Amino acid sequence: MINVALPKGRLGEKVYKMFAEAGYECPSILENNRKLIFENKEKNVRYFWVKPSDVSIYVERGAADIGVCGKDILLEYEPDIYEILDLNMGKCRMAVAAKKDFYDNTEKTLRVATKFVNIAKKHYASKCRNIDIIKLNGSIEIAPILDLSDVIVDIVETGTTLKENNLEVMETIVPISARLIVNKASFKFKTEEIEKIAQGLKEQVEAND
Amino acid sequence: MIDERYLRNEEKVIYGLRSLYGRYGYLPFNMSKFEEYELYVKNKEFLVSDSVITFNDTNGKLLALKPDVTLSIIKNCQDEKGVKQKLYYNENVYRISGSTRQFKELMQTGLECIGDIDLYDTFEVVSLACASLSEISNNYVLEISHLGILSSLLDNTCTNEEFQGAVMECIKQKNSHEIKGLCEKYEISDDKAQRLCNFVSIYGKADDVLEKLYAYDVDQGFTNAVNELKSIMDLLKSTEYKNNIRIDFSIVNDMNYYNGIVFNGFIEGICETVLFGGRYDKMLKKMNKSSCGIGFALYLDLLEVLYKDFTEFDVDTLVLYDEKVEINDLDACVKEYMENGKRVSAQKSIPSKLRYKEIVDLRGEAK
Repeated sequence: MINVALPKGRLGEKVYKMFAEAGYECPSILENNRKLIFENKEKNVRYFWVKPSDVSIYVERGAADIGVCGKDILLEYEPDIYEILDLNMGKCRMAVAAKKDFYDNTEKTLRVATKFVNIAKKHYASKCRNIDIIKLNGSIEIAPILDLSDVIVDIVETGTTLKENNLEVMETIVPISARLIVNKASFKFKTEEIEKIAQGLKEQVEAND
Repeated sequence: MIDERYLRNEEKVIYGLRSLYGRYGYLPFNMSKFEEYELYVKNKEFLVSDSVITFNDTNGKLLALKPDVTLSIIKNCQDEKGVKQKLYYNENVYRISGSTRQFKELMQTGLECIGDIDLYDTFEVVSLACASLSEISNNYVLEISHLGILSSLLDNTCTNEEFQGAVMECIKQKNSHEIKGLCEKYEISDDKAQRLCNFVSIYGKADDVLEKLYAYDVDQGFTNAVNELKSIMDLLKSTEYKNNIRIDFSIVNDMNYYNGIVFNGFIEGICETVLFGGRYDKMLKKMNKSSCGIGFALYLDLLEVLYKDFTEFDVDTLVLYDEKVEINDLDACVKEYMENGKRVSAQKSIPSKLRYKEIVDLRGEAK
C-alpha cells in the first residue's frame, strides 16, 4: 500500500487528477464529505488530505510514503526526503516586496516581515545584510503599510494583492512550484511502486511542457 | 542467569551485536560521557547535528556531553604500521534535536577499524554492517556509494565550489530537475549536464549500476573509484547479504572528512536511516594521524517503533494482603508463584491501572 499525502485545497485537487490520470484513481475522494482518508484497495493506494505546510512532515516521518508540496515548504523546513519530480504546477515565486516608494537604506537594520523565517534569514545572510525578522502567520502585506516592517518576504503568484496594497516586488528569491517528495526509507522498500507512480506523473508533466 | 522474557528487544539486539563483533575480534571500547568541547569545535562538520550540549567542569574548562563516539576513538588511536585497531562500542550520545531544540539522548552501537586498512577490512566492515541489520530484521537494505565516483564526476563537470555544493544537495535528494537549471546557470555543456542528470537516477542492484557506470567516460580517477566499488561488490556477491545490498549515490557525506566507500542502512518499518558508515581517512589526516579508518554506527533507539508487541498483563499474579497476614506466609506465597514462572506483585489493595491475570487474596486469613 502506498500512502500519499496531498495538500488540502485547489492544488491538491489538481494533483489528485494527475494521480488518477496515471492510473491511481480513488473515486471516493471526489465525494463531498468530511472524510480525510480515502483508499483504493485494488490500486493499492491510500490518499489523505493534510494542511499543505504539513505534507513534508508526514512524508519525512514515514506516515506517508510520498506527497506533494510546494518548494517553499521544502526550503523553509528542509526535511530529509527525496525530491524526485517537479510537477510544474502551482507556480509562483518567493519574493521580497515593499511599498512602492521604499528606499533601502543599507545603513539601517532591515525589518523583514515573513511567514518564511528560514528562507528570509538565508537570503539576507547570503547578502551579509543585517535584518530583524518579524514572524507573522498571515496577511503579511499589511506589515509595511502599518510600518511594522520595511519589506516582506512572501509568495507572489499574480501580484494582484501587492498591487492593491500599493506594494511592489523588489526582487525574486526563488521560483516555486509543486514537487513530488518521497520518504527515504519507503523509497528503499517500495521502489518499484513509487517509481511507477513517478513515471506516470512525469509523462503528464512532459506532455504539458 | 538471564531470563530472556525480561529483556527488551533492543537489549536482545545489543547482546546479539556484542557477540557478533566479539567473534570478529573487535574489542569493547568504554568511554566517559564527557569530552573536551575543543574536539568538536575543530571538527564541527563531522558531527550529524552542529549543536553540542556543553558545561564547565570544576576548573572552568568547557566540556561537552559526547555527541559522537568516532571522534573520541580516533583521538585515542595509535598509528602503527601494518596493523589495525578493531573496536566496538555501545554508548549514549547527546544531541539537540533539529526543529524542536530539545535535548536528546540516543543509544548508539558501532564499530571502528583503524590502521592499515585493505580491501579485506572494507569487506569485513560492510559485511558486519549487513550482519548487524539482519540481526534486527530480515527486511533491510544497505546502500553503498563511493565518494570518489561522485567527486571525480563533479570535478570533471565544473570545479566551482558553489556549483558543486548545490549539485551535491540535489544528488542527496535525487533531484535531477534542479540540476538542469544549475547547469544552465553555470554554463555547463549540454552533454555534461545530461550526464549529471542521468547520474542522479542511477541506483539499484550492483550489476546493473556498475554496467551503467562503466559506460561513463569521465577520467582515470572515476574509473579507479568504480573499480574499487566493483571489487567490494564482487566480494559481497558471495555472501548471504547480496540481495539486500544496493548502490545509491544519494549518500553524500561531507567530503572533507569522508572518502571512498560510504554506506547507509534502512530497516522496513523505520522511517529514518538506522545505520551510517563509511571510510574516513581524511578525518584521521586532519587529526594528524597517518592511519586509515572505516566504521559505522547503528542508532538503537530507533528500533523502538519496530516492536509493537506489548504484554497483555503487567503481572501474572496479584497477591493481596493486609496487616493480619504473617510476612513469612506472604513471602512464601510470592515465592511459590514466582518459582512457577509467574510475575508476582504483592499489594495491599488493587492498583487502579495494573493489568493482572489472576488474584490471590490472602486478606482476612487467620493466623
